[in-house]
Amino acid sequence: MSQFSLLEASQLSRYFGSQAAVDNVSFTVNKGEVVGFLGPNGAGKSTTMRMLTGNLAPDHGQIRINGIDLLDNPRQAKAHIGYLPETPPLYKELTVKEFLQFCARLNGIDKKQRQTAVDTAIERCGLGQVAKRLIGNLSKGYQQRVGIAQAIIHSPAVVILDEPTSGLDPIQIREIRQLIRDIANEHSVILSTHILPEVQMLCDRVQIISQGQLVFNDSLDKLSQNMLASTLIVEFAQALSPAILSQLTGVEHVDALSTTRYRLHYLPEQNPTQQLLQHAVSENWQLTTLMPEQHSLEDVFMKLIQKEDIDV
Amino acid sequence: MFNLARHELLRLFLSPLAWVILALTQLLLAYLFLTHIDYFSSIQARIAAIPGAPGVTELVATPLIGNAAIIILLVSPLLTMRAFAEERRNETLPLLASAPLSMTQIVLGKYLGNLCFFLILALLTLSMPVSLSVATTLDFYQLSASMLGLILLIASFTAIGLYMSSLTRQPTIAAVSSFALLFLLWIIDRAGDGAEFSVLSWLSLLNHFEPMTQGQINTQDLSFYLIVITTFLLLTIRRLDRERLD
Repeated sequence: MSQFSLLEASQLSRYFGSQAAVDNVSFTVNKGEVVGFLGPNGAGKSTTMRMLTGNLAPDHGQIRINGIDLLDNPRQAKAHIGYLPETPPLYKELTVKEFLQFCARLNGIDKKQRQTAVDTAIERCGLGQVAKRLIGNLSKGYQQRVGIAQAIIHSPAVVILDEPTSGLDPIQIREIRQLIRDIANEHSVILSTHILPEVQMLCDRVQIISQGQLVFNDSLDKLSQNMLASTLIVEFAQALSPAILSQLTGVEHVDALSTTRYRLHYLPEQNPTQQLLQHAVSENWQLTTLMPEQHSLEDVFMKLIQKEDIDV
Repeated sequence: MFNLARHELLRLFLSPLAWVILALTQLLLAYLFLTHIDYFSSIQARIAAIPGAPGVTELVATPLIGNAAIIILLVSPLLTMRAFAEERRNETLPLLASAPLSMTQIVLGKYLGNLCFFLILALLTLSMPVSLSVATTLDFYQLSASMLGLILLIASFTAIGLYMSSLTRQPTIAAVSSFALLFLLWIIDRAGDGAEFSVLSWLSLLNHFEPMTQGQINTQDLSFYLIVITTFLLLTIRRLDRERLD
Protein backbone atom coordinates (compact mmCIF):
# COMPACT_ATOMS: atom_id res chain seq x y z
CA MET A 1 0.00 0.00 0.00
CA SER A 2 1.51 3.29 -1.03
CA GLN A 3 -0.70 5.40 1.19
CA PHE A 4 -0.60 5.00 4.91
CA SER A 5 -4.06 4.68 6.34
CA LEU A 6 -4.58 6.74 9.45
CA LEU A 7 -7.94 5.40 10.39
CA GLU A 8 -9.17 1.92 9.80
CA ALA A 9 -12.63 0.77 10.72
CA SER A 10 -13.50 -2.81 10.03
CA GLN A 11 -16.87 -4.49 10.27
CA LEU A 12 -18.34 -1.99 12.66
CA SER A 13 -21.78 -2.84 13.93
CA ARG A 14 -23.86 -1.18 16.53
CA TYR A 15 -27.33 -2.14 17.66
CA PHE A 16 -29.80 -0.13 19.67
CA GLY A 17 -32.02 -2.82 21.03
CA SER A 18 -32.74 -5.08 18.10
CA GLN A 19 -32.40 -2.28 15.57
CA ALA A 20 -29.08 -2.05 13.77
CA ALA A 21 -28.00 1.59 13.67
CA VAL A 22 -24.75 0.72 11.93
CA ASP A 23 -24.41 -2.61 10.21
CA ASN A 24 -21.08 -4.07 9.17
CA VAL A 25 -19.42 -0.89 7.98
CA SER A 26 -15.75 -0.98 6.96
CA PHE A 27 -13.62 1.81 5.57
CA THR A 28 -10.22 3.44 5.81
CA VAL A 29 -9.08 7.03 5.76
CA ASN A 30 -5.68 7.81 4.30
CA LYS A 31 -3.29 10.53 5.17
CA GLY A 32 -4.32 13.94 3.89
CA GLU A 33 -7.72 12.80 2.69
CA VAL A 34 -11.05 14.50 3.16
CA VAL A 35 -13.78 11.91 3.40
CA GLY A 36 -17.38 12.95 3.20
CA PHE A 37 -19.91 10.93 5.11
CA LEU A 38 -23.18 11.39 3.36
CA GLY A 39 -26.58 10.12 4.25
CA PRO A 40 -30.10 11.10 5.19
CA ASN A 41 -30.92 11.85 8.80
CA GLY A 42 -30.95 8.76 10.95
CA ALA A 43 -28.78 6.77 8.55
CA GLY A 44 -26.12 6.10 11.16
CA LYS A 45 -23.64 8.87 10.43
CA SER A 46 -23.48 10.24 13.93
CA THR A 47 -23.46 6.79 15.47
CA THR A 48 -20.45 5.87 13.34
CA MET A 49 -18.69 9.06 14.32
CA ARG A 50 -19.40 8.53 17.99
CA MET A 51 -17.88 5.06 17.69
CA LEU A 52 -14.79 6.42 15.93
CA THR A 53 -14.19 8.87 18.74
CA GLY A 54 -14.70 6.47 21.61
CA ASN A 55 -17.98 7.96 22.77
CA LEU A 56 -19.84 4.78 21.99
CA ALA A 57 -18.56 1.23 22.06
CA PRO A 58 -19.25 -0.82 18.92
CA ASP A 59 -20.96 -4.18 19.34
CA HIS A 60 -18.67 -5.73 16.72
CA GLY A 61 -15.68 -4.65 14.76
CA GLN A 62 -12.41 -2.93 15.22
CA ILE A 63 -11.17 0.65 14.97
CA ARG A 64 -7.50 1.46 14.54
CA ILE A 65 -6.29 5.03 14.63
CA ASN A 66 -2.73 5.66 13.54
CA GLY A 67 -2.16 1.95 14.07
CA ILE A 68 -3.46 2.00 17.66
CA ASP A 69 -6.53 0.00 18.55
CA LEU A 70 -9.20 2.30 19.97
CA LEU A 71 -10.83 -0.39 22.06
CA ASP A 72 -7.64 -1.82 23.56
CA ASN A 73 -5.75 1.44 24.12
CA PRO A 74 -8.44 4.11 24.17
CA ARG A 75 -6.31 6.80 25.77
CA GLN A 76 -3.43 6.58 23.32
CA ALA A 77 -5.76 6.28 20.34
CA LYS A 78 -7.95 9.19 21.38
CA ALA A 79 -4.90 11.47 21.49
CA HIS A 80 -4.84 11.25 17.67
CA ILE A 81 -8.45 12.32 17.19
CA GLY A 82 -10.13 15.68 17.19
CA TYR A 83 -13.90 15.52 17.39
CA LEU A 84 -16.59 18.10 16.89
CA PRO A 85 -19.99 16.62 17.71
CA GLU A 86 -23.20 17.88 16.17
CA THR A 87 -23.76 20.27 19.07
CA PRO A 88 -20.39 21.90 19.75
CA PRO A 89 -19.36 21.00 23.31
CA LEU A 90 -18.65 24.44 24.73
CA TYR A 91 -18.65 25.83 28.23
CA LYS A 92 -20.56 29.02 27.67
CA GLU A 93 -19.33 30.71 30.83
CA LEU A 94 -15.70 30.64 29.71
CA THR A 95 -13.96 32.97 27.30
CA VAL A 96 -12.65 31.53 24.04
CA LYS A 97 -9.11 31.65 25.31
CA GLU A 98 -9.88 30.05 28.66
CA PHE A 99 -11.83 27.30 26.98
CA LEU A 100 -9.06 26.52 24.51
CA GLN A 101 -6.49 26.53 27.28
CA PHE A 102 -8.59 24.01 29.14
CA CYS A 103 -8.87 21.86 26.00
CA ALA A 104 -5.11 22.03 25.50
CA ARG A 105 -4.54 20.82 29.05
CA LEU A 106 -7.25 18.21 28.66
CA ASN A 107 -5.39 16.82 25.67
CA GLY A 108 -2.16 16.71 27.63
CA ILE A 109 -0.23 19.35 25.73
CA ASP A 110 3.00 20.31 27.52
CA LYS A 111 3.01 23.50 29.49
CA LYS A 112 5.65 25.03 27.21
CA GLN A 113 3.75 24.37 24.00
CA ARG A 114 0.32 25.12 25.40
CA GLN A 115 0.31 28.83 24.72
CA THR A 116 1.58 28.28 21.17
CA ALA A 117 -1.05 25.62 20.56
CA VAL A 118 -3.83 27.92 21.79
CA ASP A 119 -2.54 30.85 19.74
CA THR A 120 -2.21 28.73 16.61
CA ALA A 121 -5.73 27.35 16.97
CA ILE A 122 -7.12 30.85 17.54
CA GLU A 123 -5.32 32.16 14.50
CA ARG A 124 -6.22 29.25 12.21
CA CYS A 125 -9.87 29.48 13.08
CA GLY A 126 -9.95 33.26 12.80
CA LEU A 127 -10.92 33.79 16.42
CA GLY A 128 -8.42 36.57 17.13
CA GLN A 129 -11.05 39.25 17.56
CA VAL A 130 -13.26 37.29 19.92
CA ALA A 131 -10.56 35.53 21.95
CA LYS A 132 -11.42 37.41 25.10
CA ARG A 133 -15.19 37.20 24.78
CA LEU A 134 -17.47 34.75 26.52
CA ILE A 135 -18.41 31.81 24.34
CA GLY A 136 -22.07 32.16 25.31
CA ASN A 137 -22.19 35.63 23.76
CA LEU A 138 -20.77 34.61 20.38
CA SER A 139 -22.80 34.01 17.24
CA LYS A 140 -23.44 30.45 16.18
CA GLY A 141 -20.84 30.68 13.42
CA TYR A 142 -18.17 31.71 15.87
CA GLN A 143 -19.24 29.06 18.33
CA GLN A 144 -18.83 26.50 15.57
CA ARG A 145 -15.34 27.86 14.93
CA VAL A 146 -14.49 27.50 18.59
CA GLY A 147 -15.72 23.92 18.32
CA ILE A 148 -13.40 23.34 15.36
CA ALA A 149 -10.50 25.06 17.16
CA GLN A 150 -11.07 22.66 20.05
CA ALA A 151 -10.87 19.71 17.66
CA ILE A 152 -7.55 20.74 16.06
CA ILE A 153 -5.76 22.19 19.08
CA HIS A 154 -3.64 19.10 19.73
CA SER A 155 -2.83 18.63 15.99
CA PRO A 156 -4.58 15.27 15.77
CA ALA A 157 -4.00 12.96 12.83
CA VAL A 158 -7.71 12.72 12.09
CA VAL A 159 -10.29 15.44 12.59
CA ILE A 160 -13.87 14.24 12.77
CA LEU A 161 -16.57 16.84 12.17
CA ASP A 162 -20.23 15.96 12.59
CA GLU A 163 -22.39 18.23 10.42
CA PRO A 164 -20.15 21.26 10.90
CA THR A 165 -22.29 23.60 8.82
CA SER A 166 -25.76 22.74 10.08
CA GLY A 167 -27.78 25.65 11.37
CA LEU A 168 -25.52 28.38 10.00
CA ASP A 169 -26.37 31.19 7.60
CA PRO A 170 -24.96 31.07 4.05
CA ILE A 171 -22.05 33.41 4.78
CA GLN A 172 -21.07 31.47 7.85
CA ILE A 173 -21.35 28.24 5.89
CA ARG A 174 -18.91 29.59 3.32
CA GLU A 175 -16.47 30.64 6.00
CA ILE A 176 -16.64 27.30 7.79
CA ARG A 177 -16.10 25.48 4.50
CA GLN A 178 -13.04 27.59 3.80
CA LEU A 179 -11.80 26.76 7.28
CA ILE A 180 -12.33 23.04 6.71
CA ARG A 181 -10.40 23.28 3.46
CA ASP A 182 -7.51 24.92 5.32
CA ILE A 183 -7.58 22.23 7.98
CA ALA A 184 -7.50 19.55 5.31
CA ASN A 185 -4.05 20.72 4.29
CA GLU A 186 -2.63 19.42 7.53
CA HIS A 187 -5.00 16.79 8.83
CA SER A 188 -7.13 14.01 7.50
CA VAL A 189 -10.74 15.02 7.85
CA ILE A 190 -13.92 13.01 8.15
CA LEU A 191 -16.94 15.14 7.61
CA SER A 192 -20.56 14.19 7.86
CA THR A 193 -23.26 16.11 6.14
CA HIS A 194 -26.54 15.77 4.33
CA ILE A 195 -25.80 18.75 2.11
CA LEU A 196 -24.66 17.33 -1.21
CA PRO A 197 -22.89 20.32 -2.80
CA GLU A 198 -20.77 20.53 0.33
CA VAL A 199 -19.37 17.11 -0.45
CA GLN A 200 -18.65 18.15 -4.03
CA MET A 201 -16.83 21.20 -2.76
CA LEU A 202 -14.78 19.72 0.03
CA CYS A 203 -14.24 16.02 -0.25
CA ASP A 204 -11.80 13.76 -2.05
CA ARG A 205 -13.81 10.70 -1.31
CA VAL A 206 -17.45 10.07 -0.60
CA GLN A 207 -19.07 7.46 1.55
CA ILE A 208 -22.79 7.20 1.34
CA ILE A 209 -24.47 5.52 4.25
CA SER A 210 -28.08 4.49 4.27
CA GLN A 211 -29.92 2.55 6.94
CA GLY A 212 -26.70 1.72 8.68
CA GLN A 213 -24.99 0.30 5.60
CA LEU A 214 -22.30 1.70 3.39
CA VAL A 215 -23.81 1.86 -0.10
CA PHE A 216 -21.10 3.82 -1.87
CA ASN A 217 -17.46 4.34 -1.06
CA ASP A 218 -15.32 5.81 -3.79
CA SER A 219 -13.70 8.93 -5.09
CA LEU A 220 -15.72 11.94 -6.14
CA ASP A 221 -14.75 11.30 -9.80
CA LYS A 222 -16.43 7.92 -9.72
CA LEU A 223 -19.49 9.55 -8.32
CA SER A 224 -19.46 12.10 -11.14
CA GLN A 225 -19.28 9.26 -13.67
CA ASN A 226 -22.37 7.87 -12.08
CA MET A 227 -23.88 11.27 -12.57
CA LEU A 228 -23.44 11.23 -16.37
CA ALA A 229 -26.75 9.72 -17.13
CA SER A 230 -27.37 7.96 -20.42
CA THR A 231 -30.41 9.90 -21.57
CA LEU A 232 -31.13 12.50 -24.24
CA ILE A 233 -34.06 14.83 -24.43
CA VAL A 234 -35.24 15.47 -27.99
CA GLU A 235 -38.05 17.65 -29.30
CA PHE A 236 -39.43 17.99 -32.79
CA ALA A 237 -41.61 20.58 -34.51
CA GLN A 238 -43.94 17.85 -35.71
CA ALA A 239 -45.37 14.76 -34.06
CA LEU A 240 -43.23 11.68 -34.46
CA SER A 241 -43.93 8.09 -33.62
CA PRO A 242 -41.74 6.79 -30.81
CA ALA A 243 -41.38 3.53 -32.71
CA ILE A 244 -39.17 5.23 -35.29
CA LEU A 245 -36.91 6.60 -32.60
CA SER A 246 -36.53 3.29 -30.88
CA GLN A 247 -35.14 1.79 -34.12
CA LEU A 248 -32.03 3.94 -33.86
CA THR A 249 -29.03 1.80 -32.91
CA GLY A 250 -28.17 2.12 -29.27
CA VAL A 251 -31.55 3.41 -28.15
CA GLU A 252 -32.91 1.10 -25.52
CA HIS A 253 -36.09 2.71 -24.53
CA VAL A 254 -38.14 5.79 -25.43
CA ASP A 255 -40.27 7.79 -23.00
CA ALA A 256 -42.85 10.02 -24.59
CA LEU A 257 -42.93 13.25 -22.60
CA SER A 258 -45.50 14.74 -25.02
CA THR A 259 -46.38 14.09 -28.65
CA THR A 260 -43.31 15.98 -29.80
CA ARG A 261 -40.94 15.58 -26.85
CA TYR A 262 -39.17 12.34 -25.98
CA ARG A 263 -36.55 11.03 -23.63
CA LEU A 264 -34.18 8.50 -25.18
CA HIS A 265 -32.43 6.02 -22.92
CA TYR A 266 -29.34 4.55 -24.47
CA LEU A 267 -26.67 2.08 -23.52
CA PRO A 268 -23.46 3.61 -22.25
CA GLU A 269 -20.78 3.74 -24.97
CA GLN A 270 -23.47 3.77 -27.69
CA ASN A 271 -24.44 7.39 -27.92
CA PRO A 272 -27.03 7.71 -30.71
CA THR A 273 -26.63 11.46 -31.17
CA GLN A 274 -24.79 11.28 -34.50
CA GLN A 275 -27.24 8.81 -35.95
CA LEU A 276 -30.16 10.81 -34.71
CA LEU A 277 -28.84 13.95 -36.36
CA GLN A 278 -28.25 12.19 -39.70
CA HIS A 279 -31.77 10.77 -39.68
CA ALA A 280 -33.25 14.07 -38.65
CA VAL A 281 -31.62 15.84 -41.57
CA SER A 282 -32.23 13.20 -44.19
CA GLU A 283 -35.84 12.49 -43.17
CA ASN A 284 -36.69 16.08 -42.27
CA TRP A 285 -37.86 15.43 -38.66
CA GLN A 286 -37.54 19.15 -37.83
CA LEU A 287 -35.47 18.62 -34.71
CA THR A 288 -35.72 21.62 -32.39
CA THR A 289 -34.11 20.42 -29.17
CA LEU A 290 -31.32 17.97 -28.45
CA MET A 291 -30.14 17.95 -24.89
CA PRO A 292 -28.01 15.42 -23.00
CA GLU A 293 -29.49 15.03 -19.58
CA GLN A 294 -27.23 15.32 -16.56
CA HIS A 295 -28.15 13.96 -13.21
CA SER A 296 -27.40 16.04 -10.20
CA LEU A 297 -25.62 14.60 -7.23
CA GLU A 298 -29.03 14.58 -5.62
CA ASP A 299 -30.38 12.14 -8.19
CA VAL A 300 -27.42 9.84 -7.82
CA PHE A 301 -27.75 10.00 -4.09
CA MET A 302 -31.43 9.19 -4.23
CA LYS A 303 -30.73 6.41 -6.71
CA LEU A 304 -28.13 4.81 -4.48
CA ILE A 305 -30.36 5.03 -1.45
CA GLN A 306 -33.44 3.81 -3.28
CA LYS A 307 -31.54 0.90 -4.76
CA GLU A 308 -30.74 -0.04 -1.23
CA ASP A 309 -34.41 0.15 -0.30
CA ILE A 310 -35.36 -2.18 -3.12
CA ASP A 311 -32.66 -4.66 -2.15
CA VAL A 312 -33.97 -4.68 1.40
CA MET B 1 -7.40 14.59 36.28
CA PHE B 2 -6.16 17.56 38.31
CA ASN B 3 -6.66 19.71 35.28
CA LEU B 4 -10.28 18.68 35.24
CA ALA B 5 -10.61 19.32 38.99
CA ARG B 6 -9.13 22.78 38.54
CA HIS B 7 -11.39 23.46 35.61
CA GLU B 8 -14.42 22.35 37.59
CA LEU B 9 -13.55 24.62 40.50
CA LEU B 10 -12.87 27.54 38.17
CA ARG B 11 -16.21 27.06 36.46
CA LEU B 12 -17.97 26.92 39.81
CA PHE B 13 -16.55 30.27 40.73
CA LEU B 14 -17.48 31.75 37.39
CA SER B 15 -21.12 31.07 38.14
CA PRO B 16 -22.92 33.23 40.67
CA LEU B 17 -24.27 30.05 42.30
CA ALA B 18 -20.99 29.28 44.07
CA TRP B 19 -20.62 32.80 45.42
CA VAL B 20 -24.22 32.95 46.56
CA ILE B 21 -23.92 29.63 48.33
CA LEU B 22 -20.68 30.66 50.03
CA ALA B 23 -22.09 34.01 51.10
CA LEU B 24 -25.39 32.72 52.42
CA THR B 25 -23.95 29.75 54.30
CA GLN B 26 -21.42 32.08 55.89
CA LEU B 27 -24.20 34.42 56.89
CA LEU B 28 -26.27 31.63 58.45
CA LEU B 29 -23.31 30.10 60.19
CA ALA B 30 -22.09 33.46 61.48
CA TYR B 31 -25.51 34.06 62.99
CA LEU B 32 -25.51 30.62 64.61
CA PHE B 33 -21.95 31.23 65.82
CA LEU B 34 -23.06 34.40 67.53
CA THR B 35 -26.01 32.72 69.22
CA HIS B 36 -23.70 29.97 70.51
CA ILE B 37 -21.31 32.58 71.91
CA ASP B 38 -24.19 34.49 73.42
CA TYR B 39 -25.46 31.36 75.12
CA PHE B 40 -21.97 30.51 76.33
CA SER B 41 -21.34 33.94 77.83
CA SER B 42 -24.72 33.85 79.55
CA ILE B 43 -23.98 30.60 81.38
CA GLN B 44 -20.24 31.09 81.71
CA ALA B 45 -20.45 32.57 85.18
CA ARG B 46 -22.61 29.68 86.45
CA ILE B 47 -20.49 26.83 85.07
CA ALA B 48 -17.13 28.40 85.83
CA ALA B 49 -17.13 26.95 89.35
CA ILE B 50 -18.08 23.40 88.32
CA PRO B 51 -15.04 21.21 87.75
CA GLY B 52 -15.03 19.33 84.42
CA ALA B 53 -17.74 21.55 82.98
CA PRO B 54 -17.89 21.88 79.18
CA GLY B 55 -15.61 24.58 77.82
CA VAL B 56 -15.83 26.95 74.91
CA THR B 57 -14.86 24.25 72.36
CA GLU B 58 -17.75 22.03 73.40
CA LEU B 59 -20.29 24.78 73.73
CA VAL B 60 -19.40 26.89 70.69
CA ALA B 61 -17.16 25.09 68.22
CA THR B 62 -18.77 21.64 68.31
CA PRO B 63 -22.37 22.83 67.85
CA LEU B 64 -21.24 25.15 65.07
CA ILE B 65 -19.61 22.32 63.17
CA GLY B 66 -22.76 20.27 63.69
CA ASN B 67 -24.77 23.15 62.18
CA ALA B 68 -22.34 23.41 59.30
CA ALA B 69 -22.86 19.71 58.57
CA ILE B 70 -26.62 20.20 58.29
CA ILE B 71 -26.32 23.31 56.14
CA ILE B 72 -23.87 21.58 53.81
CA LEU B 73 -26.24 18.64 53.58
CA LEU B 74 -28.87 21.07 52.37
CA VAL B 75 -26.73 22.90 49.82
CA SER B 76 -24.43 20.17 48.53
CA PRO B 77 -27.04 18.67 46.15
CA LEU B 78 -27.37 22.10 44.54
CA LEU B 79 -23.74 22.04 43.50
CA THR B 80 -23.19 18.38 42.78
CA MET B 81 -26.29 18.28 40.57
CA ARG B 82 -24.35 20.18 37.95
CA ALA B 83 -21.52 17.68 37.72
CA PHE B 84 -22.82 15.33 35.04
CA ALA B 85 -26.47 16.23 34.54
CA GLU B 86 -25.63 19.69 33.29
CA GLU B 87 -22.79 18.47 31.10
CA ARG B 88 -25.20 16.04 29.60
CA ARG B 89 -27.86 18.66 29.03
CA ASN B 90 -25.37 21.04 27.40
CA GLU B 91 -23.94 18.10 25.45
CA THR B 92 -20.42 18.84 26.60
CA LEU B 93 -19.76 15.32 27.82
CA PRO B 94 -18.35 14.20 24.42
CA LEU B 95 -15.56 16.74 24.89
CA LEU B 96 -14.38 14.89 27.96
CA ALA B 97 -15.17 11.45 26.59
CA SER B 98 -13.15 11.95 23.41
CA ALA B 99 -10.19 13.45 25.25
CA PRO B 100 -7.38 11.08 26.13
CA LEU B 101 -8.73 10.46 29.63
CA SER B 102 -10.17 7.36 31.24
CA MET B 103 -13.63 7.46 32.79
CA THR B 104 -12.03 7.04 36.22
CA GLN B 105 -9.97 10.17 35.67
CA ILE B 106 -13.02 12.11 34.55
CA VAL B 107 -15.06 11.08 37.58
CA LEU B 108 -12.20 11.68 40.04
CA GLY B 109 -11.47 15.04 38.45
CA LYS B 110 -15.06 16.14 38.85
CA TYR B 111 -15.14 14.76 42.36
CA LEU B 112 -12.01 16.58 43.49
CA GLY B 113 -13.19 19.83 41.94
CA ASN B 114 -16.50 19.73 43.78
CA LEU B 115 -14.87 18.54 46.98
CA CYS B 116 -12.44 21.46 46.89
CA PHE B 117 -15.32 23.89 46.89
CA PHE B 118 -16.84 22.32 50.00
CA LEU B 119 -13.45 22.26 51.67
CA ILE B 120 -13.22 25.99 51.14
CA LEU B 121 -16.65 26.30 52.69
CA ALA B 122 -15.61 24.13 55.65
CA LEU B 123 -12.37 26.07 56.19
CA LEU B 124 -14.23 29.36 56.22
CA THR B 125 -16.55 27.89 58.83
CA LEU B 126 -13.60 26.68 60.86
CA SER B 127 -12.09 30.15 60.86
CA MET B 128 -14.96 31.35 63.08
CA PRO B 129 -14.22 29.21 66.17
CA VAL B 130 -10.50 29.50 65.54
CA SER B 131 -10.81 33.29 65.79
CA LEU B 132 -11.78 32.76 69.44
CA SER B 133 -8.29 31.50 70.17
CA VAL B 134 -7.18 35.13 70.30
CA ALA B 135 -9.09 35.56 73.55
CA THR B 136 -9.26 32.07 75.02
CA THR B 137 -7.70 28.63 74.76
CA LEU B 138 -9.38 26.09 72.54
CA ASP B 139 -9.18 22.32 72.60
CA PHE B 140 -7.52 21.96 69.23
CA TYR B 141 -7.54 18.17 69.42
CA GLN B 142 -11.29 18.00 69.75
CA LEU B 143 -11.67 20.70 67.13
CA SER B 144 -9.51 18.87 64.60
CA ALA B 145 -11.35 15.62 65.28
CA SER B 146 -14.68 17.26 64.51
CA MET B 147 -13.17 18.95 61.48
CA LEU B 148 -12.01 15.56 60.20
CA GLY B 149 -15.53 14.29 60.75
CA LEU B 150 -16.97 17.24 58.84
CA ILE B 151 -14.56 16.72 55.95
CA LEU B 152 -15.37 13.02 55.70
CA LEU B 153 -19.06 13.82 55.84
CA ILE B 154 -18.70 16.38 53.07
CA ALA B 155 -16.68 13.93 51.00
CA SER B 156 -19.50 11.39 51.33
CA PHE B 157 -22.15 13.98 50.40
CA THR B 158 -20.18 14.90 47.30
CA ALA B 159 -19.73 11.28 46.22
CA ILE B 160 -23.44 10.57 46.65
CA GLY B 161 -24.40 13.77 44.82
CA LEU B 162 -22.04 12.97 41.97
CA TYR B 163 -23.60 9.56 41.51
CA MET B 164 -27.12 10.97 41.51
CA SER B 165 -26.01 13.53 38.95
CA SER B 166 -24.66 10.81 36.68
CA LEU B 167 -28.07 9.14 36.55
CA THR B 168 -30.05 11.87 34.86
CA ARG B 169 -29.84 14.76 32.44
CA GLN B 170 -32.07 17.02 34.54
CA PRO B 171 -30.02 18.84 37.18
CA THR B 172 -33.13 19.41 39.29
CA ILE B 173 -33.91 15.72 39.44
CA ALA B 174 -30.32 15.06 40.43
CA ALA B 175 -30.57 17.66 43.20
CA VAL B 176 -33.88 16.39 44.56
CA SER B 177 -32.86 12.75 44.49
CA SER B 178 -29.49 13.30 46.09
CA PHE B 179 -31.08 15.47 48.74
CA ALA B 180 -33.63 12.73 49.44
CA LEU B 181 -30.94 10.08 49.69
CA LEU B 182 -28.72 12.21 51.92
CA PHE B 183 -31.61 13.04 54.18
CA LEU B 184 -32.64 9.41 54.36
CA LEU B 185 -29.13 8.39 55.31
CA TRP B 186 -29.16 11.12 57.93
CA ILE B 187 -32.34 10.07 59.69
CA ILE B 188 -32.35 6.37 58.90
CA ASP B 189 -31.44 5.42 62.48
CA ARG B 190 -34.74 6.85 63.75
CA ALA B 191 -36.30 3.55 62.77
CA GLY B 192 -33.81 1.64 64.88
CA ASP B 193 -35.23 -0.05 67.96
CA GLY B 194 -32.75 1.66 70.24
CA ALA B 195 -30.55 -1.41 70.38
CA GLU B 196 -26.83 -0.91 70.76
CA PHE B 197 -26.10 -1.94 67.20
CA SER B 198 -28.41 -2.33 64.23
CA VAL B 199 -27.87 -2.17 60.51
CA LEU B 200 -30.02 0.93 60.21
CA SER B 201 -28.11 2.87 62.78
CA TRP B 202 -24.86 1.71 61.21
CA LEU B 203 -26.03 3.16 57.91
CA SER B 204 -26.74 6.55 59.39
CA LEU B 205 -24.30 9.23 58.32
CA LEU B 206 -25.00 11.13 61.51
CA ASN B 207 -24.17 8.25 63.84
CA HIS B 208 -20.64 8.13 62.52
CA PHE B 209 -20.22 11.87 62.68
CA GLU B 210 -21.25 12.41 66.31
CA PRO B 211 -18.38 10.54 67.99
CA MET B 212 -15.92 12.64 66.00
CA THR B 213 -17.43 15.89 67.24
CA GLN B 214 -16.88 14.52 70.74
CA GLY B 215 -13.23 14.04 69.85
CA GLN B 216 -13.32 10.28 69.29
CA ILE B 217 -11.85 8.96 66.07
CA ASN B 218 -12.88 5.34 65.59
CA THR B 219 -11.57 3.23 62.75
CA GLN B 220 -15.09 1.92 62.17
CA ASP B 221 -16.34 5.45 61.52
CA LEU B 222 -13.43 6.23 59.26
CA SER B 223 -13.93 3.05 57.29
CA PHE B 224 -17.67 3.70 57.03
CA TYR B 225 -17.04 7.02 55.29
CA LEU B 226 -14.32 5.58 53.08
CA ILE B 227 -16.65 2.75 52.05
CA VAL B 228 -19.44 5.20 51.22
CA ILE B 229 -17.12 7.40 49.17
CA THR B 230 -15.53 4.56 47.18
CA THR B 231 -18.85 2.82 46.60
CA PHE B 232 -20.51 5.86 45.12
CA LEU B 233 -17.48 6.83 43.05
CA LEU B 234 -17.26 3.32 41.63
CA LEU B 235 -20.98 3.35 40.89
CA THR B 236 -20.56 6.66 39.05
CA ILE B 237 -17.70 5.32 36.94
CA ARG B 238 -19.67 2.21 36.12
CA ARG B 239 -22.76 4.16 35.28
CA LEU B 240 -20.91 6.44 32.84
CA ASP B 241 -19.03 3.54 31.30
CA ARG B 242 -22.29 1.71 30.75
CA GLU B 243 -23.61 4.69 28.85
CA ARG B 244 -20.86 4.11 26.30
CA LEU B 245 -21.79 0.46 26.03
CA ASP B 246 -25.54 0.72 25.62
